[in-house]
Amino acid sequence: MTEHVASIEVAGLVKQYRKGPRAVDGVDLHVEAGEIYGFLGPNGAGKSTTVHMLTTLLPPTSGSARVAGWEVATDGPRVREQIGAALQEAALDPFLTAREHMRLQTALHGLGKADRRRRGEALLERVGLSDAADRKVGEYSGGMKRRLDLGLALVHGPRILFLDEPTTGLDPQSRSSLWEEVRRLAREEGVTVFLTTQYLEEADALARRVGIIDHGRIVAEGTPEALKAEIGEPSVEAIPADPARADDVERVLARLRSGEEPPRREGAAISVRLRGGATALADVVRALDSESIAVASLQLHAPSLNDVFLAKTGRKLEGAREGEADAEEGGAEAAPDGAAPAEHPARAPA
Amino acid sequence: MSSDVRVQIAAMARRSVVRTLRQPAQLVPSLIFPLFLFAINSAGLDSATGLPGFPTDSYVTFVLAVPFIQAALIGITNAGSDLARDIETGFLDRLALTPMSGFALVAGQLAGVLALGLLQAVTYLAVGLAAGATLEAGVGGALVLMALSLTIAFGFGCIGLFAAFRLGTGEAVQGLFPVFFVFLFLSSMVLPRELIEADWFRAIATYNPVSYLLEGIRSLFIVGYDGEALALAFGCALGIAAIFLTLAITSMRARLVRT
Repeated sequence: MTEHVASIEVAGLVKQYRKGPRAVDGVDLHVEAGEIYGFLGPNGAGKSTTVHMLTTLLPPTSGSARVAGWEVATDGPRVREQIGAALQEAALDPFLTAREHMRLQTALHGLGKADRRRRGEALLERVGLSDAADRKVGEYSGGMKRRLDLGLALVHGPRILFLDEPTTGLDPQSRSSLWEEVRRLAREEGVTVFLTTQYLEEADALARRVGIIDHGRIVAEGTPEALKAEIGEPSVEAIPADPARADDVERVLARLRSGEEPPRREGAAISVRLRGGATALADVVRALDSESIAVASLQLHAPSLNDVFLAKTGRKLEGAREGEADAEEGGAEAAPDGAAPAEHPARAPA
Repeated sequence: MSSDVRVQIAAMARRSVVRTLRQPAQLVPSLIFPLFLFAINSAGLDSATGLPGFPTDSYVTFVLAVPFIQAALIGITNAGSDLARDIETGFLDRLALTPMSGFALVAGQLAGVLALGLLQAVTYLAVGLAAGATLEAGVGGALVLMALSLTIAFGFGCIGLFAAFRLGTGEAVQGLFPVFFVFLFLSSMVLPRELIEADWFRAIATYNPVSYLLEGIRSLFIVGYDGEALALAFGCALGIAAIFLTLAITSMRARLVRT
């Protein structure tokens, strides 16, 4: 009987910089084969540093990380055979064409001459760049660069794909097209995808399970649905058409609330967490109608991953992005041997 | 060397040459600026040939060695900037995730330097001969000149790679440009060492390896085959290459810390 090997198995992973912060502070992860795992967190949370360690580009300070069954700290070449990675911001040569990138990447991966051409053309076709294959990459849009980046990461048929914020800065159409390709890779080819993102909707849309990282620690993990369910029932927000009836609206909503938390007022809006979930919205409408209260707006808010992040960290994810980039960006620039951040070896994981 | 490594070197070399030739902003100045200095020097210092002991009556022939060295010095920042850009953009990370050997990375990066070095050497020889310089060593000497120019370009390219691996940013590498030029100006660039009057200048020029690189090239134009001058020039070029290739590889290992 063969032993079951998880795609990614991490225990107590730490990255401590000599003169910098503890960018990753005891992360545990378990990602199954064929799973899309969303690694969610604001800038500076430790996402990219974790990815750099898992892809063998940065030695961990302590802890264990096995990727495709191999220990990243000691079996780097074995790990690299099994993984593909598209790291933050497509790392491409603006003076080369997409076809030349493919030729270089296939040659470095040791594909035979005939296979190089065949594989390169197939991947250019798959990422929709065949028509632009002979244009210099410097002339590409952000979406085209991202697609080429993804194609290059797939050259050697990796079992595990690391995508570090793959859609940052992309327009909605490019983002959607990349999402579809990621889903297809997992669904049809059984590729495990480890996806870091700071976009909640991206994690929600793609990932079977999500890990939320903040200040180098995993603060929550589970399916998006389970994480949202932990937060509780949805809330309803009403704005009375006549501001003079705000007290009446508050009284009605208080009758239908979940738990003891009273309705909250923010400007003209009154909101409360609903007892009975989304189906209770009809009760709200009936109750308001029975008292002849007209509303200018009535909205149901289902819990989001942002609510999960807020509940786990006390901050909103969007707000956390601002002003917190220093920790990881500084740490990311630190040398792998623990030297000062400014001396990071190959590239700053941001 | 395994066939895989040979394929890797060829792929990296091809990329390096293509990238070099597709950057007119890098290519054109490195060809043109040395010719400007050559034109200014040969026009303004022609009377130096009247000094007792000056080795030739053609200053154009004497000073034609300078563009070869100046171009190689420009090659330091070109090579360094290209590699530093790879580091800054994360392209080096992309390469590090493949089975590419470190040797292939260094050798491949230097291919662009050598391609540009050859183009420069051929251009300066053609322009110099058209301007009235003579090549006493003849056709065979032209081949030796190419070999020496490429050896110098290789050595100086290694300096650029070392700087890029060590400093990691294009800006820092570009900042070294004036430093390298001090070596050119404090050499036997415009006068033979024995005719430099200031003792301190002559002493510096004597210890400056750039003087011997210039004199090796110059000997082919003025004397023909001067074994000592050529041996010193090749020796200095190979010494620079050996020292800075070692330093570049050491720095590469410190920067490429993949496990």
